[in-house]
This record gives sequence, C-alpha cells and structure tokens, in this order.
Amino acid sequence: MSRQTLPPEALDDTDRAILNSLQEGFPLTPRPFDDAGAALGLTGAELIGRLERLRAIGAITRFGPFYDAAAMGGAFCLCALSAPQADFDRIADLVNAHPEVAHNYARDHALNMWFVLATATPEAIAETAGQIEAETGLTVWRFPKLREFFIGFRVAA
Amino acid sequence: MTVLDDTDRRLIAATQAGLPLVEAPYARIAADLGLTETQVITRLSVLHARGVIRRIAIAPNHYALGMTANGMSVWDVEDAQAAGLGEKVGALDFVTHCYLRPRAPVWRYNLFAMLHGQSRAEVEQKRAQVRALLGAACRADDILYSTRILKKTGLRLKDG
Repeated sequence: MSRQTLPPEALDDTDRAILNSLQEGFPLTPRPFDDAGAALGLTGAELIGRLERLRAIGAITRFGPFYDAAAMGGAFCLCALSAPQADFDRIADLVNAHPEVAHNYARDHALNMWFVLATATPEAIAETAGQIEAETGLTVWRFPKLREFFIGFRVAA
Repeated sequence: MTVLDDTDRRLIAATQAGLPLVEAPYARIAADLGLTETQVITRLSVLHARGVIRRIAIAPNHYALGMTANGMSVWDVEDAQAAGLGEKVGALDFVTHCYLRPRAPVWRYNLFAMLHGQSRAEVEQKRAQVRALLGAACRADDILYSTRILKKTGLRLKDG
C-alpha cells in the first residue's frame, strides 16, 4: 500500500463524494453499482470506471465485505514486540511470513513492532504467538480487546 | 459463536479480498461458486445481519487522502472509570478506533485510541482534546506514531 499523498487535483468532487458515500456501505442488490451510482448522479458503468481508477491510483485499499473474525468463531489480537534495531527487518519478515498476521506496523516506542493476528479459532492466537516467540526469541505481548467502543470508520475525503 | 456452513465459508473465501468491479458482482460470484445470484445476496445479507460481515464498503487509503500522521494514543485510565470514559473517547468524531485492552508487565496503558491527521501537529491537537476529556482519571499517556507499514493484507482465513 502506498503511503504517498495524492496531489489534490488527483481527485475531483465526484471522486470525493464516492469515497465519502461508499465508506458508509454498498448495496446488496443485483445491480449494486447502478443503485449506489444513482445517489451520486452516476451510471453503474461510470461508478465502476471511477472505482477502477481510484484503486489504480491507490486512493482505496479495499472494496467489499469486511468480515469479523470473532463472529466467525475466530479471533483477533493486537500483539507487540521489541525488535532490536539491527535485526528489525529480519524479525519483520519472520512475523509477516505468518498468514495470520493481518497487518503490521513499525512504531516509535520500545515496543517497536505492532501487529494484528486474525485466526480461525481463539486457540490459534496463542499458538501463532508462541511460534513467533520460538522463531524470533522475543516475547510477544498480547493485547486482546476487552471492550470496543464506537468505531467511526469514516475519513473525510 | 456463529456456525458457518461450507457454502458460507466458500462465499467468504471468494469475497474476502474484495468484490469484482462488474455490473452484477453477486451474479459473478454466484457463477464461480455454482450458486444463484439470489442465494449469494441472501447469504451475504444473513451474514451481515449476524455481524459476521461488519459492513460492505470501500476502505480509503488514509495516506493517499493526506492523512499521513497516524498515532496510536494510549492511556493509563483508572479501571473503575475506563469503560465510561472509553465510550466518551470513542464518540469523538476524529477517533477511528477505541478499545479497552489488558495491561502487561512492560505496558501500563489500558485505553487505546487511534488518531489520524494531516500532520503530527494536528494529531497532537486531537490528543490534547482526549487528555482534557479524560482529566484526572488518566494517570499517564503516550502516543506511538507509525513509522512504516510492514504488512497490510486484511483478514485472510485459511481453507477449512
């Protein structure tokens, strides 16, 4: 995923309206692009064309259903470890090699690597964390969510 | 815990990377899975109603949209007040995620709130608003800025 900011002229008002509107939801209807486009003054084909372009320029990272691992009987867990700077990239490769690692960020703190495990079963969180500990020789601190407060997903485009 | 049947699992596997950008995406998925379009729409609707699907939507790239500063603000809040204050922090319109999490021997913070902005200065202003809201119930806080995305694939379930 690109961390480059797009120049302001890369998005016109219609692109911004699409980004704002489709963060809220997308219809479960036979012709969903026609239906979503109608609210934006676009035909379905025009909306598809815009979305293809927004994806190509990196303005959107994903489009589709967002699944909840816990509701599927699986689990999510935020984890952190302290990787020695000199060994950071090798440790990141070891961590990222696990398909259970959904995302991973370097952060400026003594705990400098923060990643999320998403697994098909709750038990697999501890198993995967244990494997990462065995491979890296580092303690994997686990921070499962105890409570989730209102989540606003929206980013104003 | 929600019981998913084999068809649900195939449907999840076929859609977790995204929907096809075609006029009738659910019909396309149905054809790939040997189902009807109505079956796909009905199953996805049921999964949505059950909370297995949190939403069907686009995820914008924060960075592309200029939100280049991303800080995980963390707060050591008195346990008895943490749930009530977490609700208030989560309700702030600039907080995108807010969770209560356990402390650890190397980690004193129990409330996590993600803050995004066009600059670190903007994120720090937001952090100051959270600090003001928490008041004396907060004993210490920190913020961890992301310096690099090492991986971002989203949820991928293994087969079975």
